[in-house]
Amino acid sequence: MENNSPKSPAGKIPFWRDVRVLQVLFQVIFLIGVVLLAGILYTNMLRGLRGLGLTLNLNFLNDEAGFGIAEGIAYEPSDTYLRAFWVGVINTIRVSVIGIACATILGLVVGIARLSSNWLVRNLAAIYIECFRNIPLLLQILFWYTAVILQLPSVRKSFTFFGSVFINQRGVYLPSPQPTSGVKIWFAYLAVGSILALILYLVRLRELRQMEQPGFPAKWALPAFLVVALVGWFAIPGRPFTLELPALKGFNFAGGIYLSPEFCALVIGLVMYTGAFIAEVVRSGIQSVAKGQREAAKAIGLNEFQTLRLIVLPQALRVIAPPLTSQYLNLTKNSSLAVAIGFPDLFNIGNTMMNQTGQSIPVFGMIMISYLTISLTTSAYMNWYNRRINRIGR
Amino acid sequence: MEERTPDKTIKPPTDSKNILQWLKANLFNTWYNALLTLLAVVFLYIAFKGILSWAFTEANWNVIPANLQIFLVGAYPREEIWRVWIVIYTLALLLGLSAGVWGGLTLRLAIVIGGVGGGMGIILAFFPIALSNRFGLLGGVTLLVVAFFLIRGKIGLRPWVLGGWLLSFPWTMIWLHGFAGLPTVLTSSWGGLLLTLILAAVGIVVSFPLGVLLALGRRSTLPVIKWVSTAYIETVRGVPLVTILFMAQIMVPIFLPDFRIDKILRAMLGITLFSAAYMAENVRGGLQAIPTGQYEAAHAVGLNYPLTMLLVVLPQALRSVIPAIVGQFISLFKDTSLVTVIGLLDLLGIAKTVIANPDWLGLQAEVYLFAAIIYFVFSYSMSYISLRIEDALGVQ
Repeated sequence: MENNSPKSPAGKIPFWRDVRVLQVLFQVIFLIGVVLLAGILYTNMLRGLRGLGLTLNLNFLNDEAGFGIAEGIAYEPSDTYLRAFWVGVINTIRVSVIGIACATILGLVVGIARLSSNWLVRNLAAIYIECFRNIPLLLQILFWYTAVILQLPSVRKSFTFFGSVFINQRGVYLPSPQPTSGVKIWFAYLAVGSILALILYLVRLRELRQMEQPGFPAKWALPAFLVVALVGWFAIPGRPFTLELPALKGFNFAGGIYLSPEFCALVIGLVMYTGAFIAEVVRSGIQSVAKGQREAAKAIGLNEFQTLRLIVLPQALRVIAPPLTSQYLNLTKNSSLAVAIGFPDLFNIGNTMMNQTGQSIPVFGMIMISYLTISLTTSAYMNWYNRRINRIGR
Repeated sequence: MEERTPDKTIKPPTDSKNILQWLKANLFNTWYNALLTLLAVVFLYIAFKGILSWAFTEANWNVIPANLQIFLVGAYPREEIWRVWIVIYTLALLLGLSAGVWGGLTLRLAIVIGGVGGGMGIILAFFPIALSNRFGLLGGVTLLVVAFFLIRGKIGLRPWVLGGWLLSFPWTMIWLHGFAGLPTVLTSSWGGLLLTLILAAVGIVVSFPLGVLLALGRRSTLPVIKWVSTAYIETVRGVPLVTILFMAQIMVPIFLPDFRIDKILRAMLGITLFSAAYMAENVRGGLQAIPTGQYEAAHAVGLNYPLTMLLVVLPQALRSVIPAIVGQFISLFKDTSLVTVIGLLDLLGIAKTVIANPDWLGLQAEVYLFAAIIYFVFSYSMSYISLRIEDALGVQ
């Protein structure tokens, strides 16, 4: 221990044996190594780029893109590269949000089914989980795309549901709600309903607190809001929304909401794959709640629903939230597999931009920053959520 | 004799139920379970009817045996395939030897792998498939079993077997690529399942030391090293593998213009760099589980940082992360299919080329299902093994 004390009787320690000096020295050498490596790569890159006759800048982003994008927000081939990239970002976010919502529902249902007392249901859920977890996602997406969706009947022989949903090899056509002139009045009804619901919610909450009993605080507020909304819906002449049905015009359907085959294949693939993982996360979360917790809840007189809502789920959620976050992030990142079936997500459009401009380094930078932003935002939100649910009752 | 039969004695109550009781307890115990059962039966009926009638009447399975060779090894030259068999036999021999000297978990592992291999071997041997070596796989399983019985219980040979495993990786690469006298088979003609397995193996084996270093770096008290490691790990984990694969394809020739690195090596580089970040997080999990007392005790007996890590911390930490590493290997095995996107012919890439072959048009479902079954068999048996390892190590 004498070595470490600066004022040892033996005099000054030589610097090559002083841990503090060594630590600094080691870091400096490491940093020099990293910088040197980066420097070599950078000069190589400049040399390579000169060979290709390219300069490194972002000016190309303002040039005309010139390529078409099949779906997404408003975009013309005459728009800039920056706009094209933005279309891709929005498409990635759209696929991810829809995928996450559907995969969560599917995973929740299957995870609970996995714990069902029904033998058949339990084993069906297990078979689904094992099959879809153990087959590569890309293979699944390609299967849905080329072996299922592109093999659907042609436009004229579409599968039709209720005369308003059409499914064929060109995609899925859904009816879309169109606001009418009465929509503003209906929103006024909704505002009144919300205020009423808020008041009832607070009243009920106070009452429950005073009674010191567990209960559902929105017990009055929810029905009240629904009643006002429904009354408004039927009181307005001509209804606030009408459904626009897709209709066959010429060789294709027009009107309504259109989902392309690429979008459907990607979302189905992502949802079926991630759903299997989420189901396992949900199952292990529910199983992690000790049996005694349920029994205790029963003993103090909570019913089945209250036990689930007040005892099991809050504790299960703490276990579920972190792995669920990583599944959400996986889904978002996996949406980049869109490039294999030609859905214009941010990676696919970035790839087209690279091929057209040759500016691979800035475009890769943009792609990575976009994914990192999406990932970090999602995990920041989930970390906040995680802290919030962890605070309850601790 | 018959009068003497003690039919009046009351048998002890048994746990076993008859079919009706079982049905009632497991399928119709409540009204909603009865409803669910009925729905499930209807669903199963429709699904099975559709799948079976498609599989036996519409589907054209000829595409599989006709292309089996390229599914397995891609464009690997036909006259050199014996080298792949040498590799398989080496691995079977090593596995048999390991099962012999270690027994226990290793033995069970060998039984699973031998069982799966034997099952596939029987299929290969008895179905009319045009393969150069129809009994090769059964031979490999036989070798495994023979090696096991020859060496059984000889604990003293453990270091030798371990050394054999360490050498098996370069050994595999040398045989597949070719050396003095043997014609070189360029990596560009490696393909199919062979390529898939090699990519996954390279990804795990090479990323392991990198991952350990990154994990130690992230836990380091030296700020510069900590920042650099953390930044690397988080960046790589924040972006999709496809991005990294494309980057390796496009950036490597730009950054290293003096080297000619072929497509497969670039893919391996990308997969390794990607895998290292995940490996680092797995190893870090193990490091965090080591109690501080271990570090302090190592310090107290006078070990410096490298020795503390090498002799005290890492042996314990790595043992506890074996299941996580197997899990990572499984997902890497599935993720290697992404090299299809950059145009490599791994198992999925081969499937795509077979579908595009004009002789076999319109057989997407058959080909993809076949590829899916192969992926499933490998991935599922590996997750079974990983569960066994978890049980044996008593972690989690």
